[in-house]
Amino acid sequence: MTLSRRDLLLGSASLAAGAAGAQLLGSVPAFAQGASPTFKPEQGASLRVLRWTPFVKGDEDTWLANTKKFSDETGVQVRVDKESWEDIRPKAAVAANVGSGPDIMLVWFDDPFQYPDKLMDVTDIATGFASKYGGYYPGLEGYAKQGDKFIALPLATIGNGILYRDSMIKQAGFSKFPEKTDEFLEMCKALKAKSKPAGFALGKAVGDGNNFAHWIVWSHGGRMVDESGKVVINSPETIKALQYVRELYQTFIPGTESWLDINNNRVFLSGDVSVTANGVSLYYSAKNDPKMAEMAQDIRSTTLPIGPIGQSVELHQTTSAVIFKYSKFPNAARAYLQYMLDKPQMDAWITGSSAYCCPPLKGMIDNPVWTADPVHEPYKRASSTLRPNGYAGPLSYASAATMADYVMVDMVAEAATGQRTPEEAAKRAEQRANRYYRV
Amino acid sequence: MTEAALSPSDVPAARTRASITQSKGFLGLMFMLPAAIFLLVFLTYPLGLGVWLGFTDTRIGRDGVFVGLENYQSLWDDSIFWLSVFNTLLYTVVASLLKFALGLWLALLLNEHLPFKAFIRAIVLLPWVVPTVLSAIAFWWIYDTQFSIISWALMNMGVIDSPINFLGSPNNARATVIFTNVWRGIPFVAITLLAGLQTISPSLHEAATLDGATSWQRFRFITLPMLSPLIAVVMTFSVLFTFTDFQLIYVLTRGGPLNATHLMATLSFQRAIPGGQLGEGAAIAVAMVPFLLSAILFSYFGLQRRRWQQGGSDA
Repeated sequence: MTLSRRDLLLGSASLAAGAAGAQLLGSVPAFAQGASPTFKPEQGASLRVLRWTPFVKGDEDTWLANTKKFSDETGVQVRVDKESWEDIRPKAAVAANVGSGPDIMLVWFDDPFQYPDKLMDVTDIATGFASKYGGYYPGLEGYAKQGDKFIALPLATIGNGILYRDSMIKQAGFSKFPEKTDEFLEMCKALKAKSKPAGFALGKAVGDGNNFAHWIVWSHGGRMVDESGKVVINSPETIKALQYVRELYQTFIPGTESWLDINNNRVFLSGDVSVTANGVSLYYSAKNDPKMAEMAQDIRSTTLPIGPIGQSVELHQTTSAVIFKYSKFPNAARAYLQYMLDKPQMDAWITGSSAYCCPPLKGMIDNPVWTADPVHEPYKRASSTLRPNGYAGPLSYASAATMADYVMVDMVAEAATGQRTPEEAAKRAEQRANRYYRV
Repeated sequence: MTEAALSPSDVPAARTRASITQSKGFLGLMFMLPAAIFLLVFLTYPLGLGVWLGFTDTRIGRDGVFVGLENYQSLWDDSIFWLSVFNTLLYTVVASLLKFALGLWLALLLNEHLPFKAFIRAIVLLPWVVPTVLSAIAFWWIYDTQFSIISWALMNMGVIDSPINFLGSPNNARATVIFTNVWRGIPFVAITLLAGLQTISPSLHEAATLDGATSWQRFRFITLPMLSPLIAVVMTFSVLFTFTDFQLIYVLTRGGPLNATHLMATLSFQRAIPGGQLGEGAAIAVAMVPFLLSAILFSYFGLQRRRWQQGGSDA
């Protein structure tokens, strides 16, 4: 793999140019394809879009370039504002509540389920995409669909994955990164003894803490609630998971229980840990810094190990696009999303995001970005391994509140550090979750 | 004078009008109205709204309905809430006592004749002047599990073998956030008490010295009583600021590890905004009010006793 970032950018530019060319040649409006409905923007329409602040520059550039193309073709002016990702949830909720604000927002996780009746039904666009591009990945669809109705359009998975230092695991006597949780534990023990230890966030880290804690529990078959929304976290599977994390934790670098989202990045980049889990951005911090070239060469990635349930499951981060019902230009808004989320634009955007964003539709997964760098590859699997928050129950206020209150993270951290026995930690998590899932 | 020009029939009406506009009560009311409106709009309304929200199941994005004491009942059974109450009380009591003791000590030192007095006083104010978030971020690095400069220095000196887990273990984290709060709060106490010290007439000390009082006796029977009204005010403010602290915790730990540093204010935020449970968050915030009120009443009745101020006994 010798493709550089520059090649990548050039590739995406020509791709984008090609897409634009195709639209110029085809006199039929670009929207009228397959089973997709066509929307004619209202006369003099203008849109306001509020999105989360991009993590990588290429994301923002391609998003804005796609938007500009849309404006050029339809004459609809679109203003794209950004807001730090933690502020998106309250902003969207307030907009929904007061009935004014941006027409379109890119939101996180189960946000659309906080105010489903304030969102425009986008089932027609979603089913159009699904039939055209081989369907949505089930996890992402779950975040956008209430009953039979799409209240949001799945946009992307912000993938989480293992990043490790090849030289360090070799030093511990492992030529290959283990795929199973028990082998993984063995490797972590060896890493602590012979090399640099592993480290995963166990503090109040919104992204990393939740990803790790959910993986621990899910990989062993534990789950917060059952299909009907009854809390079933206090189960033998959860206890097993907690016993596992207790052992695993003892191989970590000390202090992970105070780690917030940024700590594992810092420690990994300083070379003090050999293994951690993060988005691909961590790799880019090393790669874009000439002084860290040697380390970047040594970084490898993979998905989190598979536990007793025999399949790869992770929380990741999910983002969806919603249109508020109060929008004065519903057709322009629908046309915009239909344009932005269609393959040509998505391809450019996914490429521009340098493996940070994984597409929601199976037919869009093939993208040069995944093979451009071997470190990208595991992040390609993010959408397929994604399991929604509050699994296996319905998404609701309760699922969102349970995650925001760190019920899963606290339980795993309590058991890992030995503050409570696995049994006590599970029981306490059950009590806490019941406060939100009460009927 | 104007009344003289009026016809007789107009007189009673004019007199009433005049008496209304001349009446002290009415005028007083009129003059107070702007301030009252200001207080109503910016203080009473938000506070009232908060109290009301605490009785509803409002969520972000959805209006709530009145649910009575349900939020409070549910909090009563919530161990995290009680943990946050304990943390808040511990944080407030320990930090306030330390701030008072160290602040008073610093004020007494600064009251002495020192070279570069103004300069030193200005420096002492720095922790108070720097925005909390900035200093908290600096401390976050100082306490970092891996990169802490304190751990690094101690390790290089050979005092310890592995880094100190400042924010990782519950009790360490509590001590650490309390220390940081004290660091930040001392200047306020010290500078205010210093201002108080300077109002104490030197002649009192001179007289006491002539009578053979020791310096402890002078402190105990002159300085402290003269300072006590100010101490009451300063400590009331200090307790209120400490009790409602948010930024420091949010930057350093977000309430972790294992909720050991979750204060009522941070828990209220976590539940209300990221968690979307506005009603419950408001209830936690309202639950802070009795504590705050009792702190105010304590300082008002406990520390402002006239007789004590004048050097009499407590009885």
